[in-house]
Parts: sequence; C-alpha cells; structure tokens
Amino acid sequence: MSTLITSPTKEKLAGGPAAEPAGPSAKGESILSHVVTSIIYTVVSVAILGVIYPLLITALGSLLFPFQAGGSMVMQNGKPVGSAIIGQLFSKPQYFQGRPSAAGKNGYDPTSTGGTNLAPTSKKLIDATKATIDGLKKANPDAQGAPPMDLVTSSGSGIDPDISPEGAYYQAPRIAKARHVALDAVRSLIAAHVRGRTFGILGEPRANVLELNLALDAQK
Amino acid sequence: MTIIGWLQAVLTFGLVLACVRPLGVYMFRVFNGQRVFLTPLVAPVEGALYKICRITPEREMGWRTYVLAMFGFSLVGFVYLYLLLRNQAWLPLNPQHFGNFAPDLAWNTAISFLTNTNWQFYSGESSMSYLSQMIGLAWHNFVSAAVGIALSVAFMRGIVRTDRKTLGNFWVDMTRSIFYVLLPISIVGALLLLWQGVPQNFSSYVDVKGIEGVTQTLTGGPMASQEIIKELGTNGGGFVGANSIAPNENPTPLSNLFEMVCIFLIAGALTYTFGRFAKDQRQGWALFIAMSLVFVAGFAAIYGAESGGNPLVQHLGVSGPNMEGKDTRFGIAATSLFATMTTDTSCGAVNGQHDSFTPLGGLIPLLNIQLGEIIFGGVGSGFYGMILFVVLTVFIAGLMVGRTPEYLGKKIERREVQLAILAILVVPLFSLVPTAIAAVSKDGLATLSNNGSHGFSEILYAFSSSTGNNGSAFGGLGPNTFYNIATGTAMFFGRFAIIVPMIALAGALAGKRAVPVTAGTFTTTSPVFVVLLLSVIVIVGLLTFLPADALGPIVEHLQMVKGQEF
Repeated sequence: MSTLITSPTKEKLAGGPAAEPAGPSAKGESILSHVVTSIIYTVVSVAILGVIYPLLITALGSLLFPFQAGGSMVMQNGKPVGSAIIGQLFSKPQYFQGRPSAAGKNGYDPTSTGGTNLAPTSKKLIDATKATIDGLKKANPDAQGAPPMDLVTSSGSGIDPDISPEGAYYQAPRIAKARHVALDAVRSLIAAHVRGRTFGILGEPRANVLELNLALDAQK
Repeated sequence: MTIIGWLQAVLTFGLVLACVRPLGVYMFRVFNGQRVFLTPLVAPVEGALYKICRITPEREMGWRTYVLAMFGFSLVGFVYLYLLLRNQAWLPLNPQHFGNFAPDLAWNTAISFLTNTNWQFYSGESSMSYLSQMIGLAWHNFVSAAVGIALSVAFMRGIVRTDRKTLGNFWVDMTRSIFYVLLPISIVGALLLLWQGVPQNFSSYVDVKGIEGVTQTLTGGPMASQEIIKELGTNGGGFVGANSIAPNENPTPLSNLFEMVCIFLIAGALTYTFGRFAKDQRQGWALFIAMSLVFVAGFAAIYGAESGGNPLVQHLGVSGPNMEGKDTRFGIAATSLFATMTTDTSCGAVNGQHDSFTPLGGLIPLLNIQLGEIIFGGVGSGFYGMILFVVLTVFIAGLMVGRTPEYLGKKIERREVQLAILAILVVPLFSLVPTAIAAVSKDGLATLSNNGSHGFSEILYAFSSSTGNNGSAFGGLGPNTFYNIATGTAMFFGRFAIIVPMIALAGALAGKRAVPVTAGTFTTTSPVFVVLLLSVIVIVGLLTFLPADALGPIVEHLQMVKGQEF
C-alpha cells in the first residue's frame, strides 16, 4: 500500500519554482530566509496591529463614545465618585452594599480583580459564607427571609457593580431606618432602578449599587 | 434551569449559525485568492507587505516548507515578546511604572501568547504596561490566531487537492487571515464593545473618592481594541486578571453575547469553508452537526450543575444556584454558556471563576479541553483536531467492514493513521504526565489554593488547559518557577507537537489520487458517520482521561453530596 503520488499536473502551479527545495543546502538557505522574512514581518505587523490599530480605535472611541472610552466616570456635585461599570465598597448602613469581594485586601480593588477561587467543598468558603450570612442577618434585623444568594457569595470579578433586585429589597428596611424615610420610598426607588434582562432574554435582572446610592443621596 | 436561560443559548448559537455561511464563503474566496468586497482596500496593503518582507505570494509550499516558515515566525515572535516583557520598565507607555518580568514568568507568558494559549500567571492590571499589552500581547493575539487559520486552510487544501503536493503559501495565508478576516471584524467589534462600556484610553490609574469617602483606584488602558481580538482569535488572555468577568472587559449582557459569538464565529465558519474546499457542503455540515451536539450536551450539563447550586452553602439556610465566582449581570445561564463555549474552543477567556464551579460544572470545561477543543475549536486548531478524529473514525469503520478507509476520496493508509495517532497522543501525554509529577512533588503542591480532591483538579486543569492551548484555569493555582516552566513546556508541545504531524498528514494526503466513489464507500456525511464520529471522540476521550478526572471532580462531587468539607 505505497502512497501514490501523481504529479502530471505540476505545470498547473501558478508559476514560480518547484515547491520543495531539493538539496540540503537549499533547505539551510530557506530556514535563514524564513527568519529574515519573519523579522521584517514582525516589525511591520507590530506597527500596524500593535500601534496603528489601537490608536485608530482610541481616536474613534474618543470621538464616538468619549464617556465609555474614559471609563464611564460618574459625577456627584461636579466631582468624580466612581465608575458606572465598576463596583465599589460600601459599608455604611444608609447605603446599599454590594456583594462580598475578593479583589484586594479590603475588596473592590480594580488593581487586583478576581474571585475567591475557593472550591465548593472548601471549609474556608463555607466558614466565610456562614460569617457573611450571620453578619447580614445582624445588620438587617427587619429584613424578611434569608439573605439572597448573591449577597452571600463573592463575585467572580471582585468588582461586580450590581446586586440582584432581591438583594436590594433585602436591604431596604435597614436603609429606610437609617435614613428615617418610609420603607415604601426605598422600595419604589429600587423598583425605578432595576434593570431587566436585555431584550428580555440576556443576562439577569439587576440593580447598580452606585446608581442606587446616588439616587438615595439625591432624594434628600 | 429556565426557558430564558436556554433561549440565551439558542440566540447565541443562532447568531453563530447565521454567520457560518456568509463568513465561510467569504473566507473560502479570500484563501482561494478570489475577489471580495474588501479587496480594493486591502490588496494594496497586502502587496506592499509582500514587497517589504520579500515574500513571493505565488510560490506554493510543500508541508515541510510551510512548517518551517511557521516555526521561523514563531521563534521570532517568542524572542520578541520575551525581550519586551523583560525590558518593559525602561520602555514608554508604562504610567504605573510596572517592573520587568522575571525570566521564568516572561518565558511562560511568551510561550503562552505565542501558542494562542494565553494562560496567565500574571495579572495585567498590576504588572503589564500598556505598551506590552498593545504591541506584545494584542499583536500576538492577532498573529497566533492568523497562524491557526493559515494552518487550517493549508490542511484543507491538503485533504482536497489531487493535482499537486503543495499546501499554499504560509505568509499569504497568514496575511490574508489578518487583513481580510481578523482586523476588519476587530475594528467593528472594538467599537461595539466601546459602545457597551469597555474603556479605551492611555490614562494613568486615577484615585477616586467615593460617596462614603473610601478611595478607589480606577484602572485604564487600551482595553476595547484588545478585548475583541482576544475573543475573535480565541486567545483568551485578559487585559485584567479577572478576564471577561471584569466589568471593564465585559460590561453588559449584550457585550457578553457579542464576545461569545466572536469565540465561535471563525471556527464555526471554517467548517463551511471546508465544505467549499471539498466541493461538498455536506462534509462541512456533518462536522458542524457533530460539533453542535457536543456543545449542547456540555451546556446542559454545566447549566444543570450550577443551577442546582452548592448543597454545603444551601445547608446554611440560603437557597439558590451557585453564584460563587459569578457576576450578577450574567447569572447562571450566561456564565454556563460562556464556560461551555470557551472550552469547546481553545479560547480560554472566562466570565466566571471555573475554580468555584460545582464539581460537575467544573468537570465539563475540563473534559471539553481534554477532548481537544474540537467543538468548533480554536480559530483553526479545532478544525484540524476534529479531522484527527475523522481519520480515526474512517479507519475504525474501514476495519469493521474490511476495506481500505477513505476520506473525501483519499485513501487513509498506514502513514496517515500513524500521524493522526501521534497527534492524538500529545494531549494525554503532556497533560497527564506532568499532572502526576506535580501531584507528588513539593513544588507542585506548594501553590494550590484548595485542599482535597479539588487541589488535584487544579493541577489537572492547569496541564490540560496548557496542553490544549486553552488558557482558562482553576485560577486558585498560583505561579512558581515549577509551574512557569512546566506549563510553558506543556503549551509548547501542545501546539507544535500537534501541528507538525497534522501538516505532515495534510502533505501526505495532498497529491494522492482520488478514488472514485462506489457503493462500498463509507459516506462521511450520513447520520451514521456523525454518530460513529461522536462515539470515537467520547470513547477515546473517556478512556484516556476518565481515570484522572475520577480522582478530581468526580470524587469531589461525591464528597460534596456527602457534606464533606476540606
């Protein structure tokens, strides 16, 4: 069963010399020529793909989407207070609080993004989750039911900007009490800021924590 | 599981499906040298590039020359990135004044991006200068993907050509991949991501005082331009440590949808391109259907496991799915889908922490990688990975009926089967052997973040992902010199020890005389073939990896059900 090679149609080749170099010297030459070509190709393609292309996108970005390109900075009273897409740490009772975060030492550090990477069977994870649940129950004595799952689990990015609508409603009684406002006022504020699934299909319903808190401050 | 969750999968897959034909035909025309709508724009650039680089585009290469050119280019790319990372502190566009990479980490990272793995033992936001990201990593994202596409196309030519022994010109195939396919889609895609909120700037990090008075350091960088090619080229190396979970890389459910489509886009369309090359579209669809079935099964398994949640957490009195390591805007369905797609292909970007998945939810990504990421594959690599199994399948079918096996009219003989087996053995060899070594060595156990069977899963996942050139991780595993060198080696062989026999196989097939189709020919477009192909994949994959997987995720699942903690 030898491999049959048919080569009567070699002249069909679109011009150029025979494909495979024959002798060993020709082969040695071709390795070197490949490396030379590679070096020039690298220089030229780095200039196009590594420099011109990102600069073009930067130029188009600052022209078409300057807000997003700059990191979606959010202002309060003319001063930047964070990014609309990046979660941040809130710990005072009168503000909505985000999910547990493993990013950086105190959490919500955008220079150290990531999750706990703990296994579902990790004792460390279970102990930490238990402590989180206890802490939430203590801080939210008037909340109904158990805390929702997203409030007791660490996010994957560590800078998750959102909580679930349930996570927001769970905190409403505490916030109402701390701010001396009616519970219904807080609940309707949440309802106004909950975002549904995109096109009714994509992702999950959620509320942006910073947005909620800015709305709370704006109410006063 | 919910209907809406499944609808997300249907929508995502539907979008990919809608692009398969137009993009497949487009790529066929591009690689066949025919005119496409971008030709007037691109042809002058292409011609100038050939001139500067002294490339003779008409010159066709045999398989040896093709591989040599690819090697030469890879070598230069490796040295370039290594030197860049070792010297970034002295180069411009480094507003945070990050230092140089240590030799072992630079070695690991350079191989990682060279091989389209994009395994990351560093966190971009705290160690990589903007310059290194742009001209080092993003550039590799483009060219390593283009090399993958070129190799696939060369392989297709080898299978279908009967009139010559050559496979095309490496430089031409790579150049066309970049300028006709990757770059145009990236420009449009980067703007879409920008619109959704992915930053694109060169600012230094800024300290912002929040409304509670807490200061937060916000990062920046040319992210959008890099994010798009990271998905489109199935690279997967994130600009920041948390990859596509991070809201600056993947801010909304819509950007998430778009990134997922990009992961499957080119690889899926290549099956159609293949059908065109074979002059029989059913050949392409047969592969596409086989791939789709594995995709659906994988998604169902992850989605089911993650929806079920973690009983150990639920015992604490809270109810719900496993949200540990997932972000709110994606939730369970979109994260399960992303995890399926990123490991069906050799992408390796993640939008959830695989390390914190339930044991069975984490088993599927691992298995996907171990099977060789053949479901649509990486840009390119999955295609030839699938063909390996096709060769094996027709060989086994031939044995069953006592006939010389054929594929697309080409006789599959001893040399072809030997080369296919050689390539198939690479993945188990370089994923299982180093795992075994690591599991009994001090250095191998030093950087685990979890105890018990999950710790073993972290090691197994690391070497499977490296060898499979995937790059996703059970991220708890930390870097040390041992892992930098060991995973780097696995990545190198995982790419090149498969490519060489694959292209040799293509070279052996090219120029073989076509055997006329007869009543006795085993058709490779029938449902019987698809089922047989899937059986071969599952049997080979399971026989090879099940023992190892049983020690990791499967044991952990049983322990979790029993309520055991580590």
